[in-house]
Amino acid sequence: MDLKLDHYTEGDTEIVVVEGEIDVYTAPRLRELLIDLVNKGNFHLVVNMEKVEFLDSTGLGVLVGGLKRVRAHDGTLDLVCTQERILKIFRITGLTKVFGIHSSVQEAIDKRSAK
Amino acid sequence: MATITLTISALPAHVRTARLMAATVARRAGIAASAIDEIRLAVGEACSRAVAAHKLHCPTQPILLQLIDGSGSEAPDSRTDAASRVLRVNGSAAQRFEVVVSDRAPAKDTEESAGASMLDGLFLDGDDTPPGGISGFSPGLGLAVITGLADEVKIDPSDQGTVVRMSWPLAAEPPSDPRSN
Repeated sequence: MDLKLDHYTEGDTEIVVVEGEIDVYTAPRLRELLIDLVNKGNFHLVVNMEKVEFLDSTGLGVLVGGLKRVRAHDGTLDLVCTQERILKIFRITGLTKVFGIHSSVQEAIDKRSAK
Repeated sequence: MATITLTISALPAHVRTARLMAATVARRAGIAASAIDEIRLAVGEACSRAVAAHKLHCPTQPILLQLIDGSGSEAPDSRTDAASRVLRVNGSAAQRFEVVVSDRAPAKDTEESAGASMLDGLFLDGDDTPPGGISGFSPGLGLAVITGLADEVKIDPSDQGTVVRMSWPLAAEPPSDPRSN
């Protein structure tokens, strides 16, 4: 399964829907999308990873890169993920402390609004 | 002792092929289902690292992947009981599933040596990517993931290239498990 990317706007948040495998081959496409969204003024991003089947360190690097970019504009990048196999890689790299990881898009939006 | 060898060109697209093959062979070897994901990810990381190193130093050279299923080792000297299962036979791990990824990029120039600066050099993004390097790839993080996933890891860097050996125990049911009968 290749990588499929989609995005839509919900209020002041841009939701990025990722489906398939994020690896050394496909991650540059996600990176381009995140950069493009930030360049167009979207500084609050939620990446929905519920349909991600595989994530490696390259994918993590791209997500951290996205986080750095939105933070430069006082923005946020939150993740939606409930899959244990994907959460595990965030855990072993210590990145659960870096990202807000939520169980639904609505939860991600609500928690940020509550801050 | 069955070995499957795969040679891939140093291209990111082939890393997936290596992952899929490693997962398939591991499953066939009888690795526990829970460890298949770990193997898939660790092999992907090792191959990504090798592809990135080759891209910088020797893009036309292939990368070698060996998948070694230690379960079939029926040689007389490998008749081991559970306690001595870790015995090494002919330099390979008996009763283990071993993956060896060998690249030909000189190790001294690669970035792994800078392992100390964990978070600084870790996330290459945009301008940080070396010329000819792979966007977003960060060798330090890849190795961190491998270390976190593989049961045993050995990394041998040399002028001729780096050899990453990873292994996992084959799912021999513990003798004490009442359900094993």
